[in-house]
Amino acid sequence: MTNAFSNQWRGLMESLLHRGSAAGADLVEVFLERTDHIGLLAEQDRITSVNPSFARGAGLRVFRDGRDGFVSTNDLSEVGLQRALDQALAMLGLEAQQLTSSATFEGLKQLTDHGLTKADWLERCPSLDQASECLLQGTTHLDRLGQHLQVRRGSYARDWQEVLVAASDGTFARDIRLHQSTGLSVLAADGDHRSSIGRRYGSSDRPDDLRDWDSEASAAEVCNSAGTMLRADYVDAGQMPAVLANRFGGVIFHEACGHLLETTQIERGTTPFADRVGELIAHPAVTAIDEGLSGGSFGSLSMDDEGMEPERTVLIKDGVLQRFISDRAGELRTGHKRTGSGRRQSHAFAAASRMRNTFIDAGSHTPEQLIESVDQGLYCKAMGGGSVGPTGQFNFSVEEGYLIENGKLTKPVKGATLIGDAKEVMPRISMCANDLDLAAGFCGSVSGSVFVTVGQPHIKVDSITVGGR
Amino acid sequence: MMTSNNSLNATDLRDRLQTLASREGIRLWDLGAACSDDCSVQVDRGEAKQLKASQRSSITVRVWNNDGLVGITSTTDLSDNGLEQALVGAHAASRFGNPEEIPQFSPLATAPLPELDRPLQPRQGILPLLDTLRAAEADLLGRHPAIQTVPYNGLAESLSQSLYLNSEGALRQMERTQASLYLYARAEETGRKPRSGGAVRLGLGSSELDVQGCISEAIDRTVSHLNYRPIETGSYRVCFTPEAFLSLLGAFSSMFNARSVLDGVSLSQRDSIGSDVAVPFFNLHDDGLHPGHISAAAFDGEGTPTRRLSLIEDGTLRNFLHSEATARAFGVQPTGHAGLGAKVSVGPDWFVVGSNPQVSSGNTLDHSTESGPFVLIEDLSALHAGVKATQGSFSLPFDGWLVNNGERLSVEAATVAGDIRSVLNGIVHLEADAEVTHRGVSPHVWVDGLSITGEA
Repeated sequence: MTNAFSNQWRGLMESLLHRGSAAGADLVEVFLERTDHIGLLAEQDRITSVNPSFARGAGLRVFRDGRDGFVSTNDLSEVGLQRALDQALAMLGLEAQQLTSSATFEGLKQLTDHGLTKADWLERCPSLDQASECLLQGTTHLDRLGQHLQVRRGSYARDWQEVLVAASDGTFARDIRLHQSTGLSVLAADGDHRSSIGRRYGSSDRPDDLRDWDSEASAAEVCNSAGTMLRADYVDAGQMPAVLANRFGGVIFHEACGHLLETTQIERGTTPFADRVGELIAHPAVTAIDEGLSGGSFGSLSMDDEGMEPERTVLIKDGVLQRFISDRAGELRTGHKRTGSGRRQSHAFAAASRMRNTFIDAGSHTPEQLIESVDQGLYCKAMGGGSVGPTGQFNFSVEEGYLIENGKLTKPVKGATLIGDAKEVMPRISMCANDLDLAAGFCGSVSGSVFVTVGQPHIKVDSITVGGR
Repeated sequence: MMTSNNSLNATDLRDRLQTLASREGIRLWDLGAACSDDCSVQVDRGEAKQLKASQRSSITVRVWNNDGLVGITSTTDLSDNGLEQALVGAHAASRFGNPEEIPQFSPLATAPLPELDRPLQPRQGILPLLDTLRAAEADLLGRHPAIQTVPYNGLAESLSQSLYLNSEGALRQMERTQASLYLYARAEETGRKPRSGGAVRLGLGSSELDVQGCISEAIDRTVSHLNYRPIETGSYRVCFTPEAFLSLLGAFSSMFNARSVLDGVSLSQRDSIGSDVAVPFFNLHDDGLHPGHISAAAFDGEGTPTRRLSLIEDGTLRNFLHSEATARAFGVQPTGHAGLGAKVSVGPDWFVVGSNPQVSSGNTLDHSTESGPFVLIEDLSALHAGVKATQGSFSLPFDGWLVNNGERLSVEAATVAGDIRSVLNGIVHLEADAEVTHRGVSPHVWVDGLSITGEA
């Protein structure tokens, strides 16, 4: 068997799927994966770490009466895969040698090969020399543009992944994925004053992305932010209106609402929105979308990890809940149609319903109009990470914030954390600006860490709890 | 007899790599490898939801080229082909090795290892695990009408093997078994917001897990928060539970990390050893060999033996955590806290917080009897987002209670904010009884003057 995934794997896949179906499985799915990863770190003016890694493995899932058994292995030999399948079958009380009368596997369809046009992508990516040079240019720009910088870092990661999905419903699809992310970060220190700022830039399916990266503009953005925040006061805590900037500001929707619209949350009984399709769950100013199609965006896919081409899924239209994000198990267990959102970090995880490129759509206002509408509040220019708990309580940190006083931005503040409840905050997003933009990120959840995009225009939240000192 | 499908054979691996290295003209190399055989179950209202098993393997190969520079490559492919690809990849990557800081073999990579009393436990297999978890869920659901789901739950057991080899004859290997149980319940009463809480238990084997203790704690943590109220924003006396304090300390562990110090991203500097960083009755050790540490390992990623290390003694910073390279830079011995990499990472094993009995805090606070007012913080969340380790500051959502006049009221949606240096210097009391948690060992810790933000 070749290392690369191709039609040559059809026979083995069909043999496994037949074996599982004959044992009485409702559905059998095999996910094969090969990866080639490079990570680079530049510190100050030197490359300090180069980390290549290769991986290969398989994840085999068997469904029976709504339950599923999942086994992952690094052993891609016929014996190894068969052993893994038998283990998955046994978990559900099925035996490989036992032929049931209800076996329905009729063979795999023709291979849908999304990877055909991507065969040369790995070779087209920057070499280690080129990537090192780009990063060192970035840290040199930081040195030139920043003040009081104690640490300058640049990082680059290239993740190449080839996958093959075969399932007993006939699904047979292959894809090659390419994600690159580049980041710059600094630690500025002056006496007792400190600020640490980082920015990441990411893309999918663009082998030339690093060559096109404007390292000087990125360095300027990081240095400006670090300089501003170096002597910022801590924010005064309390309830207040907030205006959240576009791009990574979209993390508020991701945490406050997006996770709660995954069918995984319906299955767990942890979303307050489970029975509310067709109802107003957000302010009428809010239209929110999750899609796998945005060209080059970090969360874009040609197919999901269950072999389905991704849909553009309108989640909320003018405040009314339209759809949930669904995967194969979600459709089976909740009845919500699959949306091409079955995603996993690697073969070691079973796919689950996960966001892709998720954003609040543009509105009609200008960003200035949002700020002008606030007497006393917080402007969140850059966000850090966040999370949502099993009761819908979300939180995320503000990396760069400013006070809004009498409709104008005034002094910078740091140390803010925004917390709230999804059901309560969505109706409070009362204004959306006309400057929708997207940002790359990573999302960790039940099926591991996956590449996602968050996004929004500037938005105004009428009232939110700001934690600080 | 416990075996996994893809167990490692250390001498075979060493011989294969030595042959490949000789062919490639590589004189110095080392290798870290791990493989595991795991299974886990989740249930949903009496039904099996997902049953999982995995067989994983990985190796990391590090080589020194003729210029003395180091390169590294990792792979999950233990076949001859995979090993060769890793070695050749590491050799190619060595061209980018950092000449300013070249790692070497640990001088302790062949030193005697400590005895670890962690007998391998038999694994039960997935179906008995399912029965146990199903019964635990049913028990939990039956204990209180407001608890209708246990959305996050899992019972897992694993057998893992790890080894370290180098071209100068070091050969370390170990096997261990481990099991874990977590139960996070969700409760909701009419007209009230849902609340959740949970508990975790670890053991060497699944049959020795404290299932009943886990159920009781999960119920207590969930039900006790049903009667919640908003808290007024302000400055409060705070008592951290052992688990909450250890998670806060862990988020700022770069204070003790020599790698972070050398990289300039720690709150500590090279000359911080000997400085006062906490109140005089505060002690902190890292003790990877502690009997309560289920995942204890006898050696680190570089083969250095694990040992107990004093970090803070009587409020004074005594030691940093070291790899071979950082130890060399500081002129000390490696401490057994390294990973394996081109740039070797350093991390803590198992924190043990305690007090010096000779130095009194002057207080006799007890979280179970104090009438308040104070805030008892049970659990901190979103540490990945709300902690600025390089600045010392934190602003974190928490679960906890406001205790006032002896009455305990659950706090709704609040954050606690502060600076870790102020916390360590603002500790007013460490209670006498230390608890072994899955994060380490600590007593309840009292701190004055922390900012709490609530919705009131």
